[in-house]
Amino acid sequence: MSRRRVGMLFISAGLMVVVAAGPVLACGGLVAPNGSVNLLRTTTLAAYTDGVEHYITSFEFSGGGGGKFGSIVPLPDVPSKVDKAGRWTLQRLVEEVQPSVLAEAADSSGQIARQSAEVLLETRVSALDITVLKGGGDEVGLWAKRNGFNLPPDAPEVLDFYGDRSPIFMAVRFNIERAEDKDLGVGDGIPVHVTIPTDQPWVPLRILALGRESNEVVEADVFTLTDDRPAMLPVAGLPGAARGMSLERSEPAGEFLLADLRSDRGMGWLPEDGMWLNYIRINTPAGELEHDLALNVSGESPSLIDAGLEAPSSRLSVVDDPALWWPWILAAVIAFGVLSATGRLATRTP
Amino acid sequence: MNRLMGMTLVLAAPLVFGACAADPEPEAETIAVNINHSRFNPNDYEFQSGTTVRFVIHNADPIDHEFILGGKDVQDRHEDGTEPSHGTIPGEVSIPAGGTRTTTYTFTESEDLIIGCHLPRHYDYGMRAEVNLV
Repeated sequence: MSRRRVGMLFISAGLMVVVAAGPVLACGGLVAPNGSVNLLRTTTLAAYTDGVEHYITSFEFSGGGGGKFGSIVPLPDVPSKVDKAGRWTLQRLVEEVQPSVLAEAADSSGQIARQSAEVLLETRVSALDITVLKGGGDEVGLWAKRNGFNLPPDAPEVLDFYGDRSPIFMAVRFNIERAEDKDLGVGDGIPVHVTIPTDQPWVPLRILALGRESNEVVEADVFTLTDDRPAMLPVAGLPGAARGMSLERSEPAGEFLLADLRSDRGMGWLPEDGMWLNYIRINTPAGELEHDLALNVSGESPSLIDAGLEAPSSRLSVVDDPALWWPWILAAVIAFGVLSATGRLATRTP
Repeated sequence: MNRLMGMTLVLAAPLVFGACAADPEPEAETIAVNINHSRFNPNDYEFQSGTTVRFVIHNADPIDHEFILGGKDVQDRHEDGTEPSHGTIPGEVSIPAGGTRTTTYTFTESEDLIIGCHLPRHYDYGMRAEVNLV
């Protein structure tokens, strides 16, 4: 049974690490040689229509020091395209939910004898070097290490957390020299549009906590646009729901909003009407952000695995995984053969 | 005569070589340590004072780690230190991502010790183990 695709909300804050030219003597993951990089707030849109998921994401940073830095973002599937997005889309969404605030969406635009990850796609978007990788947590970690990323101590566990569910990651490296050539400065951002065909969308949230102290607050704005009102897991804003996650808006997307979004660069794929808008605000200590966000618009409950609340190996069943069907098919064939041979399958005429 | 001397030498050889090996090095107990998700496993040990232990440390993570064995003063020194790698001092070794390294340590202290990794933020993250001496 094919799963109806849903729009997916995608957080691309990921891991902010420093690609340092020399040894890093302080907090290894987030400190540049001559300064610090602080992730302020992320804003992301994910929408699904016509069988394709579209992610538009942006990061705002407060400083870059003297070295290069980037992020690693888990993806639910292999993207077919990574482009520069229009600057208007994220800003328009923030205005939709906070009319009095002009949010500045910034983009962050990211030895071993074991095998490194496979490179599926390499591209540049403005001052960003983008690489799409395929591999498990260890393989992606090795690739990142060999390519100058200083991974924090929680990276192995977090990369495995995602690698067990999807082998696709996007590494984004910010090149400060190119940024200077393009007159980009602190507070500026580079929007990136990732196009991903997938049947199993989920929104990575735990990645936002990577490299942070346990009591450090993670702030993010998450927008979804789906064909129908989605069920979510964990449920935001209700008793017993995940702390620090609130569903601020959940309503049909207005025609003016959709028209505005469609007018932005690369957004012509967005339908003119019939979309449902969710706005979720994340404001939680990093130590408590150990899950993701699963969506389902088919009337079923979202997947515990897609929400990061259950490990993939505990869910695999014969129904879910075709690879596990063959023993049962073989058993059925054998049983049929035995029964046929013994005549028990012969029809009897009264 | 020559044959008698040859036999004497053959019979005497084990005694001679045995005498040269009269003071063998203490036999080391080998302990396997696995590092996974920036944690030592096992994360607590108990040894008798005077024991020599050979630690075989495998780093299953895709990032580098350290194995620094010593008291609190040793841990504090390494937490503030800037040495890029270790391996020449017993009980102190750097383990690259995916690699395996060994270090041998003889316990002469009377106080309990700590095993820690002092790459940036690793120790605060919880990458440490307790060593109890009895």
